[in-house]
Amino acid sequence: MAQAPALPSGFELPLESRLPRIGSIDAVALEERAASLAKRSIKRDAKVWALELAIRTTDLTTLEGSDTPGKVAALSSKAIRPDPSDPTIPSVAAVCVYPNLIQTAKQRLRGTGIKVAAVATGFPSGQYPTPIKVADVRSAVELGADEIDMVIDRGAFLSGRYAKVYDEVVQVKEACGDAHLKVILETGELGTYDNVRRATLLAIAGGADFVKTSTGKINPAATLPVALCMLEAVRDVYDQTGRRVGFKAAGGIRQSKQAIQHLVLVHETLGPDWLTPDLYRLGASSLLNDILMQLRKQKTGVYQGADYFTLD
Amino acid sequence: MTDLQPIPDDWTYAPAPESREIVTLQPRYGHFVGGEWLEPSETYETLAPRDEEPLAVVGQATEEDVDRAVGAARDAFANGWSTLPGSERAKYLFRIARILQERAREFAVLESLNGGKPIKESRDVDLPLAAAHFFYYAGWADKLEYAFPNRQPRAVGVAGQIIPWNFPLLMLSWKIAPALACGNTVVLKPAETTPLTALLFCDVLRQAELPPGVVNIVTGDGRTGAALVEHDGVDKIAFTGSTDVGKAIQRRLAGTGKKLTLELGGKAANVVFDDCALDQAVEGIVNGIYFNQGHVCCAGSRLFVQESIYEPLVEKLKQRLTTLRVGDPLDKNTDVGAINSRMQLEKIEELVASGREEGADIYQPPCRLPEKGYWFAPTVFTNVAQSYRIAQEEIFGPVLSVLTFRTPEEAVEKANNTPYGLSAGVWTEKGSRILWMAQRLRAGVVWANTFNRFDPTSPFGGYKESGFGREGGLHGLEPYLEFDA
Repeated sequence: MAQAPALPSGFELPLESRLPRIGSIDAVALEERAASLAKRSIKRDAKVWALELAIRTTDLTTLEGSDTPGKVAALSSKAIRPDPSDPTIPSVAAVCVYPNLIQTAKQRLRGTGIKVAAVATGFPSGQYPTPIKVADVRSAVELGADEIDMVIDRGAFLSGRYAKVYDEVVQVKEACGDAHLKVILETGELGTYDNVRRATLLAIAGGADFVKTSTGKINPAATLPVALCMLEAVRDVYDQTGRRVGFKAAGGIRQSKQAIQHLVLVHETLGPDWLTPDLYRLGASSLLNDILMQLRKQKTGVYQGADYFTLD
Repeated sequence: MTDLQPIPDDWTYAPAPESREIVTLQPRYGHFVGGEWLEPSETYETLAPRDEEPLAVVGQATEEDVDRAVGAARDAFANGWSTLPGSERAKYLFRIARILQERAREFAVLESLNGGKPIKESRDVDLPLAAAHFFYYAGWADKLEYAFPNRQPRAVGVAGQIIPWNFPLLMLSWKIAPALACGNTVVLKPAETTPLTALLFCDVLRQAELPPGVVNIVTGDGRTGAALVEHDGVDKIAFTGSTDVGKAIQRRLAGTGKKLTLELGGKAANVVFDDCALDQAVEGIVNGIYFNQGHVCCAGSRLFVQESIYEPLVEKLKQRLTTLRVGDPLDKNTDVGAINSRMQLEKIEELVASGREEGADIYQPPCRLPEKGYWFAPTVFTNVAQSYRIAQEEIFGPVLSVLTFRTPEEAVEKANNTPYGLSAGVWTEKGSRILWMAQRLRAGVVWANTFNRFDPTSPFGGYKESGFGREGGLHGLEPYLEFDA
C-alpha cells in the first residue's frame, strides 16, 4: 500500500476508530464568522477581479443520468469561451463529467489547457466495494481524465470506521497516478462541523490534492460555514507541514454574490496564494451565466436579459 | 461603455463607504429641555475622530442649564408621567423602539462619524441592541407589580444619567428605557466627545410625541456632569464611565440619600483552555479586544492561555491580526475604526510605551494608518507579567496582553487577581469546566465560548471597582424603583 503522506503534527491520524487531537469546532462561532465575512462589500474593480477569478477557477459541471455526447460537447465549447461576444472573458479551469463522457470532453478541449475532471468511486453514494471503486478510478484515468473527484465512504465514516475511509483514499490516490485527486466529503451527510474537520484531515492525510465539499446531489451542500471549516483545516495543515492542499466548493452556488462570498472566505482565511485554479475551484453549472451577466453589467452599466447568454 | 480600472494582480477591496447623505446635521445644537431647544450660553465643537472634521457646535451646559433641565424633569414627573398607567408608558417606549429601527441607518452613520467605530458595528450591533432595549423595557412597564410581587414598586423620581463615549446611543437606551418604563423622568448627559446621536435622538422623542420634560438632554464635559450629580432635584444617579470619576461621584453622594448605580472600568480575563475550539477561540479573542477599537469596559484585555497551546494560539492570533482592516469607520469593510479622541489616543500610547519599557514583546500587524485623525494599530503584547501596568490598568484601546497558566486553579487565581470584576471569558469544549470556572470567576458576566455578547434580557454589571447595580433584564428595573413594602 502507498505510504501515507506527511501528517500535520498535532493531528495524529492513526488507523484506528478514534482520531484524537483533531481539535473541535464551535458551531455558533464558526457560523458567526462565516456570516460576518459574507457581509464584505465587494464593489467595482474588486468585483470584476473576483468574477473573472470565479470563471478561471470554475469546474463547469454536468452530472446527470441524461448527459449525452452532444450535451457535453456543448458544455466544453462553453468552457473554452464562456461569452462568445466578449473574448476578454477567460476560459474555465475544467469540465467535470461522468466517466462515460470523458472522451467527448477530452476531444473538444484538446489543446486548450482546460482539464477534464471525472467523478469516480461509485459517485455519488460511494456505497460500493473498494476494488470496484479503485477500478472505476483506473478506468477513468485510462480514458484520459486529468482530475478525479472521488467520494468518501460516508457509511464507513459515520459508523466510526475511519481506517476504511482513509485506506480508500490512499488506494484511490495510488490509482490516480498523475491525475489530481479531489476528495468529496459530502458534508451535507456528515452532520456536524466536528465531522467535517475530521473528514477533511483524514482525506488530506490519505493523500488528497484537493478537498471538496459536496457532490451537488445533497442539500445542504457548499454552505459558507462548511467551507470555512474546511479552509481552516487546510490552513492548519499548511502551517504545520508546509503542504498546500486545494479546496473545491461545489453544490448550491448559483449566484455571483455567493461565488464572491466564497472567494472572500478563501482570501481572508488562506490568503491570496490560494486564489488560483491550482488551489481553488468552484464546482458549478448555472453559476457561469450569472457571472457573465454581472460582468457585462459592470462593463456596460446595464443588465441584459437571460436570452443574451447561451444555455449549454 | 464605462472605462474599467486596470485589474490589479492582487485582490484589493475597492472602497465601500456608507453614504453620509442620510444624516442632516444642524450647524449648532442647544440643550433639549422641556421638549424645546435651549440656547446654550457656552459652546464647543464636536469632531469626527477619523479626520478631525468639525461636525457641529454643541452646548456646554452650565449649572443654570442643568437646573432648568432638572426643573423640567421634576415638572414632567409631577404633572402626569409618574401617574400615567404603565400600559401608556409602554406605548411611548414601543414607539421609540420602532422609530429607532426605521431610522437605524441614519443613526448608525452618525454614530460612526462622531464616535469613530466601524459602520458594520454601529449597523449590526449598536442600533439593533438600542432598539431591542426599548422593546424589552416597554414590555415591563405595565408588569412591575408582577416583577416585584407584594413589594409595591413605584418610580424614584428624576434620574440623572451620565453616559460614556464608547456606545453613545446604546448606553443612552440602556439608561433611558428602564427609567421611563418604571415611571421616572430623566436628565441625561452624553459624553463630551460623542453628543450627536443623543441630540438626534431628541428628534425621535418628538416624533414619538413623548410628553415634554420626560427626557431632557444636556451636553458638556465633566463640569456639566458634576452639576447634575450635585443637583438637589435629582433622586437617582446612574453613571457609566471611568472608575476614578465613579469614585468621585460616590464620595459626593455619600449622605445625600440619592440612589446610585455605577458601571465602571474593567480588565477582563479571557481564559483559553487547551481543549477549546482553537480557530473559534481566536475569533473570540479578536472580538473580545478589537471590537470597537477596544473601547469596551468589558473588553477581554487580559488573555490567559494554557501553556500547552500557547505557541499555536499566539501564532494563529498574529496571523488573524494581519487580516484586520483598519481604516475609515464609514467603510463597510472596516473591522477596526478610529480611536475616539486625542486624549484617549494619548492614554493608549502612554500605556503601550510602558509595556515596551517593562519588557513585554509587542506585535502589531503591518497596516497603513490614515495620517489625519486618531489611529492606533491593533496590538498584542506577549511575555507579559502580572505586575506590568498593561496587565493591571484598563487601557481602553486595541491592546491585548497575553499571559499563561498551567492549571484551572491557577487560571482562576490569576484571572481574579485584579481590582476589577466586570466580565470574563472561558474557552473550553468541556461543559463541566465552564460551570466550574463560572462559579469561581469574580465577574459580573462570564461568557463561555463567546465574548462581548449582549442582550437586553441579561443583567450586566460589575464586582469590586467595576461598580455596582445591574443594567438589563429584570435586575435593571430595580435601581429605578422604590419599594413601599
